[in-house]
Amino acid sequence: MSSTLPDRVSYAECSARERIARLFDAGSFREWLPPAMRVMSPHLAQLGVPAAFDDGVAIGEARLAERRVFVGAQEGEFMGGGVGEVHGAKLVGLFKRALRDRPDAVLLLAESGGVRLHEANAGLIAVSEVMRALLDTRAAGIPVIVLIGGANGCFGGMGIVARCADHLVISDIGRLAMSGPEVIEASHGVEEFDSRDRALVWRTTGGKHRFLVGDCDQLVEDDVQVFRAAAVRALDALRPLTLQSLQDEHAVLTQRLHAGEGAEDAVDLWQSLGIAHAGAVPDMNAEQVRTLRQESLA
Amino acid sequence: MKWTDVATQLFGNGHEIRADGEFLSGSATFDGQAIAVVGSTNHAPIGYALALRQAKVVLETIDLHPGRAIFLLIDTQGQQLRRHDELLGINRAMAHLGCCIDLARRRGHRVIGLVYDQALSGGFITSGLIADACDALPEAEIRVMRIPAMARVTKLSEDVLTALSASNPVFAPGVQNYLRMGGVRALWQADLKAGLRDALTHAATDDRRAIDGRERGGRLLAAAVVEQVLAA
Repeated sequence: MSSTLPDRVSYAECSARERIARLFDAGSFREWLPPAMRVMSPHLAQLGVPAAFDDGVAIGEARLAERRVFVGAQEGEFMGGGVGEVHGAKLVGLFKRALRDRPDAVLLLAESGGVRLHEANAGLIAVSEVMRALLDTRAAGIPVIVLIGGANGCFGGMGIVARCADHLVISDIGRLAMSGPEVIEASHGVEEFDSRDRALVWRTTGGKHRFLVGDCDQLVEDDVQVFRAAAVRALDALRPLTLQSLQDEHAVLTQRLHAGEGAEDAVDLWQSLGIAHAGAVPDMNAEQVRTLRQESLA
Repeated sequence: MKWTDVATQLFGNGHEIRADGEFLSGSATFDGQAIAVVGSTNHAPIGYALALRQAKVVLETIDLHPGRAIFLLIDTQGQQLRRHDELLGINRAMAHLGCCIDLARRRGHRVIGLVYDQALSGGFITSGLIADACDALPEAEIRVMRIPAMARVTKLSEDVLTALSASNPVFAPGVQNYLRMGGVRALWQADLKAGLRDALTHAATDDRRAIDGRERGGRLLAAAVVEQVLAA
């Protein structure tokens, strides 16, 4: 790779493989089931839909600050990062291999609309298999770190998978949620959620909101090297799942349910949660938002 | 089938399962053992609050009744499609429910899900689909979406999808397809007690769904790809 990298490279604009190449120690990535092996979806051809040689996800091992890590990176350009049978099984294999080989961490560079509807049933089962394999990895004391900053966000079942991890990093242009705004608008009308109101979409699902309420641990700028630094900081971010930790989580989520009563908009919720300068958040940059976070919410 | 009929056939009239709106919870006795019950009815959309209510039952069972089996009664139209739920973080609430069930399993609770009416995607991905076993009644309906909606999203005709679904279980709704793919462990026939007894006795505690899918011929690549990754 050329040594004349520009100062800032947008994480959002990188492909999955570009993210891997720039985020991990130079030249350290070794891919499993690479495109040359053509482990592809068996279902798309029947639908007359082009398949990808990697089914939209790259997995393998790499070094991060000289630590040995396992990596999965979803390619948003292929079917929105949707999880099909093979794509999901590659991620399951990644976590099962982590359980066996015990790397220092597993990093998931998530970019996905969730279940790939072209393989609906197989995709749904696959996402739930990813969850169980991820939780097995955590239970073995291997941290799972999720990075979110792709243009397609992290939605549907992958939005749940992300919240099953130990540590989440999101950029201010990243999005983390369950149902996409278009789906909600189609279901309950434009009055419920205007999917073309970009400011509303980002206030509801975007990185600043997810960081402020504590759904993500780090809020970063859209810069691959900043993501890299955040990932290095997260390497030992074990957050064991115990009865006590889940009771604590339950208390946090219950408090939020009450704080959100009557909240029409994210700004109302932030105010209700005691976040200072809530009204000014939409115009703030990531650095300014980082200063507002109430650690008690995390 | 109505949840009340399922409960009566399984536990007789002495059970203490109660409905509060669309939310079901309580306890019962099965083969002399106490069992915790949690779930939903009336095709409930699972929103932030309903996910939390279910999680609370699981946490209390772990805390107060170590080892007690947990039975999930599943009837849902899917996740709640509301902006307010997204604002609150419905994905986090769903993940929390899934993590609670996962912890229960790790601490020795058997967790058995039964789709007794209908189940859709986000509505049961962190309940039945993360339990030791997701079983179903033969007349239940399981799907990600209906064929007309799938046709819109995939831009393929309904005729094409209907024809494909006859030969490939990946595309079409139906408990039989989920059974073939390993997503559903078993269907409970007329004797529901035998179904629950079998699930409590024989459900694996590890995730066998990819292997089942291969053995049953409905999902041929998942297990093979996992094996390839392990061997790479």
